[in-house]
Amino acid sequence: MDIKDIIKEENLVYSKTKVLTDNVMHYCPGCTHGVVHKILAEVIDELNIQEKTIGVTPVGCAVLAYNYLHIDWQEAAHGRAPAVATAINRLYPEKYVFTYQGDGDLASIGAAEIIHACNRGEKMLVIFINNGIYGMTGGQMAPTTLEGMPTSTSPYGRDVKMTGQPLKITELIAQLPGTCYVTRQAAHTPAAVRKLKKAITKAFDNTGKKKGTSFIEVVSTCNSGWKLSPVKSNEWMVEHMFPYYPLGDMKDE
Amino acid sequence: MAKVRGAIVVDIEKCKGCGLCVVACPSKVIDLAKEVNGKGYNYAYMSNPEACIGCANCAIVCPDTVISVYKVKTEANA
Ligand SMILES: Cc1ncc(C[n+]2csc(CCOP(=O)(O)OP(=O)(O)O)c2C)c(N)n1
Ligand code: SF4
Ligand code: SF4
Ligand code: SF4
Ligand SMILES: [Mg+2]
Repeated sequence: MDIKDIIKEENLVYSKTKVLTDNVMHYCPGCTHGVVHKILAEVIDELNIQEKTIGVTPVGCAVLAYNYLHIDWQEAAHGRAPAVATAINRLYPEKYVFTYQGDGDLASIGAAEIIHACNRGEKMLVIFINNGIYGMTGGQMAPTTLEGMPTSTSPYGRDVKMTGQPLKITELIAQLPGTCYVTRQAAHTPAAVRKLKKAITKAFDNTGKKKGTSFIEVVSTCNSGWKLSPVKSNEWMVEHMFPYYPLGDMKDE
Repeated sequence: MAKVRGAIVVDIEKCKGCGLCVVACPSKVIDLAKEVNGKGYNYAYMSNPEACIGCANCAIVCPDTVISVYKVKTEANA
């Protein structure tokens, strides 16, 4: 059978969802942010909530996320997305509100905002991209950077005697009574992406049912900051990040 | 006997040559081209198109969502 007989409109089984814009993403080749944007867009499309979804963008590489999904967005100051999302959620309780935050944004400068929003059980979804580094600003150490991991501000590797252990903020958040669903996922293989999609679907469903806060950590790569190829970054993540940040549900109520 | 055949179309100018689709493909269909696109990236293409089963694994992991997937059921000897 000839290729041109396969490539026909009626045989199409997968293509870009219309919730994604046609803009070329500014992310580095192979960056996990792009995969997570795509899955978010697919879930919003499949749940038919495009008109009702409001995202809050962080400061970090995802600062321009509003260019890539055809939904309403609000940009927040660094780390303050959960506070901004709280306001939106209280003004428009019928909307599906989510924040999209990196580890520097959520676990460092915004640690107070996320803890209190989750403790209050704000009816929203948090997507937490943990790539263990400040990607946007040139690969500085983050609270989540692994012990011994070199970064531009810890060139000899993170020294935990001086900086403390890498912060497992998702485990902390799972303790808070305001959260209803807390899970740690990844997006490095087709199977992981399919699982992540199920998790995001469940989280938006929780939001629709006015349950508490749903929190999804995605253990991610920053191949530019890690100074590895995209493929090698995924391998490094499996070998080094997953033992410290194990995947799976921490809470599902 | 029915057999599944697939094919992918890569939006070459938007591909960033990251190679994640290459390792995600269970049938070793994809390679990065020796040629580059307008941005200088070695874009993905089907180097072994006969082996594609249309599973969409490559498209699902593509961070830039530049792969479309097609699939047909055919007779084995077709
Ligand atoms: C108030 C303030 N402090 C510091 C910065 C500098 N800054 C920009 S992005 C960033 C960290 C981004 O890291 P992360 O949240 O992990 O996102 P990533 O780029 O890794 O996805 C910092 C410190 C800023 N923009 N505003
Ligand atoms: S710097 Fe890192 S997080 Fe930012 S776009 Fe590049 S790979 Fe992604
Ligand atoms: S995953 Fe996408 S961007 Fe990366 S090489 Fe393949 S087609 Fe190109
Ligand atoms: S659709 Fe499946 S078999 Fe075909 S190229 Fe993509 S991953 Fe490989
Ligand atoms: Mg980061």
